[in-house]
Amino acid sequence: MDFSLNEIQTMLADSVGKFIDNEYDFDTRQSYAGSDKGYSDAVWSMFAELGWTAVPFAEEDGGFGGGPPDTMVLMQSLARGLVVEPYLANIILAGGILKRTASAEQKDEWLQPVIAGELQATLAFNEPQARYDLANVTTTATRDGDAWILNGKKGLVLNGGTAELLIVPARTAGGAADRDGITLFAVDANTRGVSRNAYATVDGLQAAEVALDNVRVDDGRVLGEPGEGYPALDATIDDATLAVSAEAVGIMQVLTDKTVEYSKNRKQFGVPIGTFQALQHRMVDMLMACEEAQSLLVWSVMTRAADGDDSKRAVSSIKYLVGTKGRLVGEEAVQIHGGMGVTWELDVAHYFKRLTTIGQLFGNADWHLDQLASSPGT
Amino acid sequence: MHVTFSEEELAFQEEVRAFFRDELPDDIREAMDSGAELEPEMQIRWQKILFNKGWAGVNWPVEYGGTDWSPVQKYIFAREEGSANAPVVIPFGLRMVGPVIYTFGSDEQKKRFLPDILESNVWWCQGYSEPGAGSDLASLKMSADLAGDHYLVNGTKTWTTLGQHADWIFCLVRTSSDVARRQEGISFLLIDMQSPGVSVKPIILLDGTHEVNEIHFDNVEVPVENLVGEEGKGWTYGKVLLQHERTNSANTFRSEYRLRRLREQAARPVRGAAPLANDKNFMRRLAAVEVDLKALEYIELRTLAAVTSGKAPGPESSFLKIKGTEIHQAIDTLYMDAAGYYALPYNPGPGVGEGSETQSALAYFNFRKATIYAGSNEIQKNIIAKHVLGL
Ligand SMILES: Cc1cc2nc3c(=O)[nH]c(=O)nc-3n(C[C@H](O)[C@H](O)[C@H](O)COP(=O)(O)OP(=O)(O)OC[C@H]3O[C@@H](n4cnc5c(N)ncnc54)[C@H](O)[C@@H]3O)c2cc1C
Repeated sequence: MDFSLNEIQTMLADSVGKFIDNEYDFDTRQSYAGSDKGYSDAVWSMFAELGWTAVPFAEEDGGFGGGPPDTMVLMQSLARGLVVEPYLANIILAGGILKRTASAEQKDEWLQPVIAGELQATLAFNEPQARYDLANVTTTATRDGDAWILNGKKGLVLNGGTAELLIVPARTAGGAADRDGITLFAVDANTRGVSRNAYATVDGLQAAEVALDNVRVDDGRVLGEPGEGYPALDATIDDATLAVSAEAVGIMQVLTDKTVEYSKNRKQFGVPIGTFQALQHRMVDMLMACEEAQSLLVWSVMTRAADGDDSKRAVSSIKYLVGTKGRLVGEEAVQIHGGMGVTWELDVAHYFKRLTTIGQLFGNADWHLDQLASSPGT
Repeated sequence: MHVTFSEEELAFQEEVRAFFRDELPDDIREAMDSGAELEPEMQIRWQKILFNKGWAGVNWPVEYGGTDWSPVQKYIFAREEGSANAPVVIPFGLRMVGPVIYTFGSDEQKKRFLPDILESNVWWCQGYSEPGAGSDLASLKMSADLAGDHYLVNGTKTWTTLGQHADWIFCLVRTSSDVARRQEGISFLLIDMQSPGVSVKPIILLDGTHEVNEIHFDNVEVPVENLVGEEGKGWTYGKVLLQHERTNSANTFRSEYRLRRLREQAARPVRGAAPLANDKNFMRRLAAVEVDLKALEYIELRTLAAVTSGKAPGPESSFLKIKGTEIHQAIDTLYMDAAGYYALPYNPGPGVGEGSETQSALAYFNFRKATIYAGSNEIQKNIIAKHVLGL
């Protein structure tokens, strides 16, 4: 048995760690988040140069050949810097669909530039009425000669304001929540009929509502087989769920460390507040939550990498755990910081907000518990 | 065992209910339902409506223009106010410094300050906490040194809620450090925010709002007639006031109002989605909070019964504060979870999400403060451990 990182993973963790220590302090992060785009182009190019954007892609696609464990290491390391650059949207979501469905030609056109950091992309996986059901797609695509006409609305499209390429699931057959009949389209965001209402999200990142009004798309922009997009969509969102879970575990660890540190320094009643047993036990609970989450993450990632029957169970388990324990750790971190914990100035609140956001992404704790309850079990 | 009101009390309840139904302006009602903080203008407009009705000074004796209501009447008023989701008055003038002045102030101070407080002409803020003195308030350092006919005030107050709008601030200050107990050197001072040497610096909260401030006092001259009561007695006066602050924090009927709306929301399709009422996990969590709230309502009623029969309110106010804030936060969480992805857009402008969905995460973030301020919930538990359990 060996849970240690391999050589490559260790290098990855080290290089991301160094980058955050040297070039991505909290003030820098805040200035990127507050800029027009909401992130730094220069940093994004650097991610590409260092090969971080290539991690989850096969070597024949110009990738690094990494699997879930490598993504875990990367996401958990990026979490420490609360990085705002759109890794999830470009690499895990858009990249996840492209690597699974795109033809060689389509990969040249879209996947290579995404990996090179030259094309901003995303996946519009959600619709306003869908809640967390990926198959709930009411955006339609109808045949018109050798093209398709798309109509519908997509909600909370991550990186949706700056993305140049939108991957859009649309219904070409079947009823509103059927898994069959979903087709994936690679839509240029500048196509006539695409309108975007971009906004910041509560964690300081960016998203948009996207409306498609008679958007004409040629056949060459269909990814995979028409009507058979769901499996790729589902697998990509499972990857994304694991990725944000790893990020959440990283954030929980940061919050726990920062809270313990704060409690050693902040004095009230003439002593550090960390000497109060009422707080000590709660910080121990935070630490235990981190240990549980880290351990379950390792299992989930290994299970997903093995791609066996347990794979979906693993994904829902870790998302449920970071949903519930993440909330506990976030709320306790704020509480133990007292008034400082609810200020914009201190990074703690921003870790808390990102953790809360992750709780809502790709199914909240209730939703994943339901998936587990209705799955056959082990 | 019964919880029936008398004929007169029922008639009073009808009157109060009709008042909230008829007199609460629509724009203020809408702003309250949106879940966002109320604009100062709306807040003052509402307080003046209360004043005109004679209901601004709920706790005040009649001789100072108060209602002189019985505890049951006050309870009924708070209940109807919550059920109507009407704004709560900003406490600093009407609930805090007003009662301190009419209880401990000089005749001169009563004449000078009380009418404007009652009529909401003057905005007050509370200067207790300091960077080094939060839970341990008695360690406060801001100094007021007597120099002839005035005090010379130096130091920093922080977390001052809505201090950016304030005309006056009431402060706990240190007038002596040469005392046996730290509490004995503390005095209660009223300071005009326009005084030279006062500067206000915003503190932005995690949801991006400007609600609190840091206030610096640099050689501020405060006339001695602005001292309330005796020098060195400020701690005692201040404690009386904190007791008031805590009983107001249960907010039972506002929570009931919010849960009722959430149930209504869950019963219908929002954004075309299947009703949340189909989601067993969510509904079970909602129901659990409803049970907690019912228990709180009865804690409150039993406390009321004890007060009506002549017992002074004691550490029960700590129970109410702890449970009231926990339940409020649990409801915030439910609203956020109900909104799903639509909790996440940050002030996106109209057309994104339905109703108050895009305020829900912000409200959840913002209200984390409630278990921290007005004596954190940990401090409340320390009080209960000491005074109820005798530990
Ligand atoms: C939004 C907001 C508005 C406010 N408005 C005002 C205002 O208008 N005027 C004003 O004067 N003040 C105001 N306050 C200040 C508030 O009263 C203080 O924040 C509060 O007293 C806690 O102090 P602190 O923030 O310094 O936390 P600390 O006292 O440093 O506490 C940090 C943590 O340690 C815990 N702790 C401390 N002592 C103990 C103990 N003995 N046992 C166990 N746990 C303990 C606390 O519960 C908390 O979790 C406001 C605060 C906030 C956040």
